[in-house]
Amino acid sequence: MGNVKIGERVQRKEDRRFLTGSGRYVDDLQLARVTYAYFLRSPHAHAKIRKIDTSKAAASVGVVQIFTGKDVAEAKVGGLICGWVVKDKHGNPHKAPAHPAMAADTVRHVGDTVAMVIAATADQARDAAEKIEVDYEVLPAQINLAGALDPKAPQVHADAPGNLCYDWELGDKAAVDAAFAKAAHVTKLDLVNNRLVPNAMEPRAAAAEYDRGTGNYTLYTTSQNPHVARLVLSAFVLGIPEHKLRVIAPDVGGGFGSKIFIYPEETMLTWAAGKIGRSIKWTAERSESFMTDAHGRDHVTHAELALDAKGKILAFKVDTIANLGAYLSTFATAVPTYLYATLLAGQYTTPVIYCNVRAAFTHTTPVDAYRGAGRPEATYVVESIVSKAAREMKIDSAELRRRNYIAKDAFPYQTPVALTYDSGNYAPILDQAMKLADYAGIDARKAAAKAKGKLRGIGVCSYIEACGIAPSAVVGSLGAGVGLWESAQLKFNPTGNLQILTGSHSHGQGHETTFAQIVSDKLGIPLDQIEVVHGDTDKVPFGMGTYGSRSLPVGGSAIMKAADKIIAKGKKVAAHLMEAAEADIVFENGTFKVTGTDKAVPLGQAVFAAYVPHNYPADLEPGMDENAFYDPSNFTYPSGTQICEVEVDPDTGVVDIVNFVAVDDFGNIVNPMVVEGQVHGGIVQGVGQALLENAAYDEKTGQLISGSYMDYTMPRADDVPSFKLGYEVTPCPHNPLGVKGCGEAGAIAAPAAVMNAVRDALAAVGAQDRIEMPATPQRVWAAINAH
Amino acid sequence: MTMSVAMTVNGKAVSGNVEARTLLVQFLREHLGMTGTHVGCDTSQCGACVVHVDGVSVKACTMLAVQAEGSKVTTIEGLAASPEKLHPMQEAFRENHGLQCGFCTPGMVMSAIDLVKRHNYAVTEEIVRHGLEGNLCRCTGYHNIVKSILAGAQAMKAAGV
Ligand code: FES
Ligand code: FES
Repeated sequence: MGNVKIGERVQRKEDRRFLTGSGRYVDDLQLARVTYAYFLRSPHAHAKIRKIDTSKAAASVGVVQIFTGKDVAEAKVGGLICGWVVKDKHGNPHKAPAHPAMAADTVRHVGDTVAMVIAATADQARDAAEKIEVDYEVLPAQINLAGALDPKAPQVHADAPGNLCYDWELGDKAAVDAAFAKAAHVTKLDLVNNRLVPNAMEPRAAAAEYDRGTGNYTLYTTSQNPHVARLVLSAFVLGIPEHKLRVIAPDVGGGFGSKIFIYPEETMLTWAAGKIGRSIKWTAERSESFMTDAHGRDHVTHAELALDAKGKILAFKVDTIANLGAYLSTFATAVPTYLYATLLAGQYTTPVIYCNVRAAFTHTTPVDAYRGAGRPEATYVVESIVSKAAREMKIDSAELRRRNYIAKDAFPYQTPVALTYDSGNYAPILDQAMKLADYAGIDARKAAAKAKGKLRGIGVCSYIEACGIAPSAVVGSLGAGVGLWESAQLKFNPTGNLQILTGSHSHGQGHETTFAQIVSDKLGIPLDQIEVVHGDTDKVPFGMGTYGSRSLPVGGSAIMKAADKIIAKGKKVAAHLMEAAEADIVFENGTFKVTGTDKAVPLGQAVFAAYVPHNYPADLEPGMDENAFYDPSNFTYPSGTQICEVEVDPDTGVVDIVNFVAVDDFGNIVNPMVVEGQVHGGIVQGVGQALLENAAYDEKTGQLISGSYMDYTMPRADDVPSFKLGYEVTPCPHNPLGVKGCGEAGAIAAPAAVMNAVRDALAAVGAQDRIEMPATPQRVWAAINAH
Repeated sequence: MTMSVAMTVNGKAVSGNVEARTLLVQFLREHLGMTGTHVGCDTSQCGACVVHVDGVSVKACTMLAVQAEGSKVTTIEGLAASPEKLHPMQEAFRENHGLQCGFCTPGMVMSAIDLVKRHNYAVTEEIVRHGLEGNLCRCTGYHNIVKSILAGAQAMKAAGV
């Protein structure tokens, strides 16, 4: 593979190994003298552990050791932490109840970890776990979000009275109330944002090693951010010094947020490897993934939108209760606050907004970031209520949006909910989407559908997201416990090939290709001379990982900065070699030239001279190896419009997506092929939320009813159509690549696009306000037939 | 109690001692160290584990190793003639970006080849989407997988495989 440019559809470097079965995922690792762990989990949503008898299990074949929550407590292993402090309305920090890696006296959700069995084989560990006798005193549990904040509800934590984690607000309530008083029209809406299970196809897995000789630990784990995992495990949980713990996230089979967090299992494995002095491996069964991977969404919201007679939005108020589950996952507190309420302006000039969020504990699996994290929830509220207002005011829903878009010359644009949008141009996106969707022809298609007894509907969703997470000082002032910069190292070898070390982590996004692509373009080096290294804390200087569509805008920018340093140093070397002034050197297509002459030194020659500095500037360090850290100055603001068209069969309630269009502004595009793939995947996760997926609990027992692929409706190939995509490009003005990020857009916009289409179809029979996600055939049929 | 089992995997005779409950996928991954075949679920629904047994696609998590006694098994590792020369279906996935994280990919490719052969290369988007009911992918949204399989079918026909 030769030189490639930014913007080309470069085929992925990583594909060959994945296509030949040569990927190396955590469960594929073969470690010497390895043992296997099995975690015994609580079958109850809420119970006291009276006694655990492990004697029979300990005598079971192959068992090496059994640990319970008591052992962990006695060893003073720290609890798992939540890394973002949200201050409530009154300035008090959120309630932060203890989250032990294994429950010692109380279990708080089905699947809570109770004991860890280590044995010679995975089957032996599981067999032994079945022999552990736990005496539970079952307690009443609060499963549903509705009612969780009721003072009489069963309490999840004694130190979070009323199950309230925080009562938080954003915006100017008085100004909003005043604007509502003057409104010509007020639209009101109640919405449920259904709980989802992320379901990366690779289940979580970990393997831990302890080296007695050096006292060093190595943890292989399915992580989106191995350095963050190391930092948290070192500084807060296990107390192993950071330099004695190596965390490796090799090939990881999808994450979607669920592999950001630090979980009990890898914590216990690392700790126990030190205790028993042997390697330990654990891979989740899918049913464990359902029970214990942090879930997503789960909001109940009431919203009101005030408009003038022409459909101009005057004010917006939103009241949300968010479910956090039984314990605070690593970034749980930030998701329904700073990643949610700050997006409620959408693409509109809404002058005043007020949002109140109360976050509740329940006896369910912890909830945290899932693809989009807060932004899909915000978009669903904004875009559902805008479409409802349009219907009520008899204004075309695309037209109502257009009347309220922030104008293209209004950027940078300060919203009333803290963010400053850097760039955008929303109207041409809508135009393009309407054209691709043949929006003008919908009436004819509705009539044709009606003639065959079907209901057609079209739904528009114009989304905004804040990506490229995030300026460290900003998030620090909002309570984040970390900086959110990214690091990069460009390490040339004397023979001229190059390693890019990045703190971002690829678990499907294709960084090994796109990061190499930007460097190939910038430095003029063939793609096959570049290797991207990621996912190993002993190799990569540091990293904050991959989430929030940050890899390219933040991680890619760090790479560009490091490349600039390479060029700057190379210029000095080249100037010396060509006996020219440094100021006269230009770098083009991989070659240093003296302006106005035909003298030239290829980058490779400068690199060689830097490692074999026989003829070299006296005051210059040898070597061609540059580090850079990049801290963004703002978020990036991808935007776009999706239009979905559905046909509903009123006899069966089946919703068929007949057309789906997405037009996005991701700023500059590095690899269109990869971007398209991200959009497709995101859309299908959003379609899944709208039509298929629901983490349903039995409200009495707290059992996850949809706890396997038999019951949890994952989108399959025949549930979805092929998609029509389009782009508008307004480059991001504040990062060197002009990129905005594309990983989450599909999932952010699709639920509202699909549901607006379903509601539009159901409006023909007056059922538009009777449907919640997921709009399953049963629910659609019931909505149509409710009287 | 262990039992001995022998079969041909990717053209090589292999054997081992397994427990009666050992699944074919466990035999491949844990006994033979062939980790290309993946496990994505515990209810036989994701298709990450699909291999060919005597020429037809089988979910290797639903078959005991001892049931494959004497069979000819082909896994994802056995498809490409060499690391450079991929099977036409593998090549089609690469060209059409039919994979992202790669976890579902081995099962997808193995299912796709069987699907195309069962339909004597005459596949349509509808046939492919229905035919993939037993394979889950969380990354790609299926769009490019469908595209890959349609292209792969043509390429397989042209190559006569
Ligand atoms: S692992 Fe075989 S179908 Fe999921
Ligand atoms: S490519 Fe990741 S699950 Fe299909």
